[in-house]
Amino acid sequence: MSEEQIRSLERQFDERIARDEKIEPKDWMPDKYRKTHIRQMSQHAHSEIVGMLPEGNWITRAPSLRRKVALLAKVQDEAGHGLYLYSATETLGISREEMYEQLHTGKAKYSSIFNYPTITWADMGAIGWLVDGAAIINQVPLCNTSYGPYARAMIRVCKEESFHQRQGFEIMMKLANGTPEQKEMAQDALNRWWWPSLMMLGPTDDVSVHTEQSMKWKLKRKSNDDLRQQFIDQTVPQAELIGLTIPDPDLKWNEERGSYDFGEIDWDEFWQVVKGHGPMNKERMKARVGAWERGKWVRDAAMAHAEKKRNRKEKKAV
Amino acid sequence: MSAKNWPLWEIFVRSKNGLEHRHCGSLHAADSDMALENARDVYTRRNEGVSIWVVESKHITASNPENNGELFEPAQDKVYRHPTFYDLPDEVKHM
Repeated sequence: MSEEQIRSLERQFDERIARDEKIEPKDWMPDKYRKTHIRQMSQHAHSEIVGMLPEGNWITRAPSLRRKVALLAKVQDEAGHGLYLYSATETLGISREEMYEQLHTGKAKYSSIFNYPTITWADMGAIGWLVDGAAIINQVPLCNTSYGPYARAMIRVCKEESFHQRQGFEIMMKLANGTPEQKEMAQDALNRWWWPSLMMLGPTDDVSVHTEQSMKWKLKRKSNDDLRQQFIDQTVPQAELIGLTIPDPDLKWNEERGSYDFGEIDWDEFWQVVKGHGPMNKERMKARVGAWERGKWVRDAAMAHAEKKRNRKEKKAV
Repeated sequence: MSAKNWPLWEIFVRSKNGLEHRHCGSLHAADSDMALENARDVYTRRNEGVSIWVVESKHITASNPENNGELFEPAQDKVYRHPTFYDLPDEVKHM
């Protein structure tokens, strides 16, 4: 194809997206669109999969059967979300094995929030309430994104995600209304998860490299700063309601803006964690790669069994 | 190595009797039995289905969007296939 032909195709492509038409797997798309989607969607899938680890840590130690079944169901949902997203990404021509390879070698990133440790039961509450809360704010606009398979996967994810946030908030509420020690545990979890949750919504708009192009492709509908403000405005009253204090001395209501002003985010910490120096980066990858390697014989055995069954069937047919 | 990876399956779920099976996504499984079991866990955790079909992805033949013109455009100028094409006197209320 000549350069001129490609430019013309690109123009038609941009117009389709501007008209809110969806792009489907076999449609022509610019290389950059394909690559950007593979990167974002696979990182999203990886985040769901790695996101199971911090919570899986508490399943056996949940304080009641009610909490245990809920946490188990939530972690199972995260596995499901990872699978929806992996299969949607595969429609762009990358194999599952390639994506795993990228995750396991550190070539692909996942959400940095999962590189923080879950040291108390209250962390299960804080993750559901704050981390899933921030994730929902990020994900809801993606239900309308331009790539059909991604948008459809996100609709399923968002439908399921709201139970996650509620179960987390319920844990926090219960602890905040409990003994002084329980309340302290809840406050401590909020203190540790608040700032990383704000960072989860991405670098500030002035340094974010992907925003403009992503807006055009509807991979992003609101800027990181807008999403972060939305998260803060919605979460602060929830903390007040259960008597917990947001760990930000500069946080205060701004009447004029109709929003909360908030303190400086420690972006050095964010970049340190992104670069692999967070408290749990090594541990998470070790757990993930270990699970994959220890599961190899199961995957191989399943294939061997399927082949044996198929051969037996074919023999019978002869 | 890649020959030993679990193949890809397309999953179709009927949400209730009376409705058609609808494509809801795909997954990897060693064989059709496992594809059904995995589809149960991945796509029907909240009563989304009463019946599941699984088809190995490689068995699906799909039309190419590049051929959409010759495939689908001929239907566009055949307005006489629609009831509104035909003139009726106002007296005929239901037809």
